[in-house]
Amino acid sequence: MTNQTLAQYANLAVYSAMAVLTIAMIAFALDLAGAAPRVLLSTPGTEKAPALNEPALAGVIAPTSTATNTPANALAQGVPAGDPGLPRARRAAGIAMMLTRLGGLLLIAAAAMRGLSVSRPPLGNMFEFALVGCMFVVVVFVAIGLRRDVRWLGLFVVGPVLLTLGLAITVFYTDASELLPSLKSVWLVIHVTVATFSVALFTIAFSVTILHLVKTWLEAQAANDPLAMSRIRTTVNTALPPARSLDRTAYGIHAVAFPLWTFTLIAGAIWAEQAWGHYWNWDPKEVWTFVIWVVYAAYLHARATTGWSPRAANYLALAGYGAILVNYMVVNVFFVGQHSYSGM
Amino acid sequence: MTQSRMDTRPDESDVTLPALGPMGMLRWAWRQLTSMRTALFLLLLLAIGAVPGSVWPQRNIDAGRVADYLARHRSTGPWLDRLGFFDVYSSPWFAAVYLLLFVSLVGCVVPRSKIHWRAMRAQPPAAPQRLERLPEHGEIEVDGTPQEVLKIAREVLGRRRLQGGRSAGGRALVRHWRLRSEGLSLSAESGYLRETGNLVFHTSLVVVIVAVAVGHLFGWRGDRILVTGKSFSNTISAYDTFDPGPWVNTEALSPFVVAVDKLDVTFEEHSSGAQRGASRDFTAYTRTQTSPGASQIHQILKVNGPLTFGGTSVFLLGNGYAPVITVRDAAGQVLMHEATPFLPQDANYKSVGAVKVSAASPKQLGFFGFFLPSEYLDQDAGPSSFFPDLKNPALALGVYEGELYPRGRPQSVYTLSTEKMTQLKNARGEPLRLLLKQGQTIALPGGRGSISFDAVQRWAGLSIRYDPGKLLALGGAIAALAGLIASLMVRRRRVFVRVQLKGARTVVSVGGLAKGEDPGLGATVQDLLSAIAQRTSTKASSTKGSGTKT
Repeated sequence: MTNQTLAQYANLAVYSAMAVLTIAMIAFALDLAGAAPRVLLSTPGTEKAPALNEPALAGVIAPTSTATNTPANALAQGVPAGDPGLPRARRAAGIAMMLTRLGGLLLIAAAAMRGLSVSRPPLGNMFEFALVGCMFVVVVFVAIGLRRDVRWLGLFVVGPVLLTLGLAITVFYTDASELLPSLKSVWLVIHVTVATFSVALFTIAFSVTILHLVKTWLEAQAANDPLAMSRIRTTVNTALPPARSLDRTAYGIHAVAFPLWTFTLIAGAIWAEQAWGHYWNWDPKEVWTFVIWVVYAAYLHARATTGWSPRAANYLALAGYGAILVNYMVVNVFFVGQHSYSGM
Repeated sequence: MTQSRMDTRPDESDVTLPALGPMGMLRWAWRQLTSMRTALFLLLLLAIGAVPGSVWPQRNIDAGRVADYLARHRSTGPWLDRLGFFDVYSSPWFAAVYLLLFVSLVGCVVPRSKIHWRAMRAQPPAAPQRLERLPEHGEIEVDGTPQEVLKIAREVLGRRRLQGGRSAGGRALVRHWRLRSEGLSLSAESGYLRETGNLVFHTSLVVVIVAVAVGHLFGWRGDRILVTGKSFSNTISAYDTFDPGPWVNTEALSPFVVAVDKLDVTFEEHSSGAQRGASRDFTAYTRTQTSPGASQIHQILKVNGPLTFGGTSVFLLGNGYAPVITVRDAAGQVLMHEATPFLPQDANYKSVGAVKVSAASPKQLGFFGFFLPSEYLDQDAGPSSFFPDLKNPALALGVYEGELYPRGRPQSVYTLSTEKMTQLKNARGEPLRLLLKQGQTIALPGGRGSISFDAVQRWAGLSIRYDPGKLLALGGAIAALAGLIASLMVRRRRVFVRVQLKGARTVVSVGGLAKGEDPGLGATVQDLLSAIAQRTSTKASSTKGSGTKT
């Protein structure tokens, strides 16, 4: 039985979260836009130092040892090092982080009420995947934010989340209802939760990877002729952490997401064996899960090989995320298979 | 996976190779195949090669859709077929990619395992002369003789857990260090688990492939539509379709018996829109026997809850309706009385089927058409169903007479071969269409007797599968996951300590080296230095180095 009133409240929570996150996004954008004057006030070295010296996330994110980041980067940005100045009070970013936390709470409430309205985990159709996925993205971002300074990333996390929520509540929206018999299993919770969580991690890693490519490009320009750079490029260049640090962060998140995706694949196979009688049948969803796994495996191998530049490897990571998008949006809706229960 | 190779050997393609003999060529080809670059290329090729199987229908999944596609694409279809696009995962080109990949993998894992085995048994390498050249380095001056300080360093590295609530700073040191002393130097290495995990991961992938092959060769699957109230025993002849692997002994199947007494089906009634009529629950109440003489056990069979008999599992994968139909001749004699399964065609269970009355004379009778659980008359599509459950059950049938089984060829029970049959017409010369509601009897024209629609039963679509490789595949997959986690999370580090007498005190120099990038290396070096300083209970008089740059 479904409780439609509760489902309505869940939708209301989604809309509220969207409103809150929209303001957060604007605040994050204002904060980034305010990065330009900081060049004059302070060195990025002092600005970023706390972020860089923090212990790496859970000890797994961001491997490095050799190169020195900060001084070289300060030089590359054409900023005289050594003049500490006062760090800018980043009030907009502070407000944005607070609002993002609130948005995260609202999304948790939305997912919980949606689940309660149908008396099952809210993982049964595309709307619910999108909702829970967005919830995980925001929660992970907030959690990382407790340990490291990731205010620069806010815009690039909240933006995609808002886009996804907008699509979810309009295009992917499905009425709250019970599950198909094949989905009624404890493996729904295990398999789909981990899948959604790792997709959330891949999403954050994707944003960081894109920023890494942008930053690499800007750093090259800054090293070449910093005075010829437009104001907006200088601003972005100042606002973002050094490319090396971005690259390490992206790799670290990928290194956590990939084993989770491997687990998703195995749990899915176990469930398929119980529900359909074969652990692997090349169903379109299985094919794309496998393709994603292989592409990210190639990314990790490329990272481990000295012959590949991080940039080339990062293109593989982007391709992997492209496959995730296909897996979610194209396979669910257009391909005929045993996973065709988008609810649309 | 061939990192060490790529790290230590020059890129061979850039070298002008001298003329090679046949063995040289083979060696060269082997090197190329097992190189990281080739492995990466093959991985990407595997990903791209897998995609067509999700775009085009596949024979092993849905042969009907393949036939349909071929019928609609008369020019491109046959070419795609020739290229294997409808059997991607059994096509030679796909097999070539993954076989090459696994040869490459084995060619990489075996030599690396040997190297790793030796490395695990060998001592760490001797400390380099100039530790300040290492990526991480630090130096302090402490009290005590060099020998005493070196002993302290050994103790610090040798302990396995943090002592009495020490600060978190020392955590980087608490690992299993393998030590080697030589003169006034100490080498320590830890994190062998990284490479072990890496090798376990890749070896386990080979195990998974072997398990898939075992399942393919020794496994089988069969499908059976079982009307409620009937039973079937696990023999080849009992199956509607049976698909054995090449090495299956079809005479030695485990002889269990399954009877379905009742099948409960629930559909969504309360929701509107796309969810209305969606299936909600299937439960089959069964009686099972492990062999024909054994005692009967009542068991519930559900989707996601198969029955198991040893290694064989019985899955409930489908359901449908079997209207009970009686055909009588003109004298009222029963010619056929049977629950006849019809196959659902759409979400509302509009189902097709055929009723074959071979006992009819002088000509045999055949009925072909639809069963509609909730019948209504659609303006365009004719008789249709508006809901999957039994709200207004009806049969819409056309009638044929003639020869049911021309030349005795085998045919589907769900269709009528009308090759040697003619359709009956009504008075106006149009094809005769019968619309029978449950409980109705309609007389056939021309004294051919009558047909009655007595009742409706359900049938369970059972799929029976045996895959002896599945536990091996699961074990391999779990081992692969464990190895993967170890290889991504554990860091391989070397730490070297050199001590040197300086006046009455001792200079301790510590250098750190890691495999790949390692953000924790600097902390390790710094922690070791401060632990030594603390143990020698002397303030470090000077600290230099690059330990803070991570």
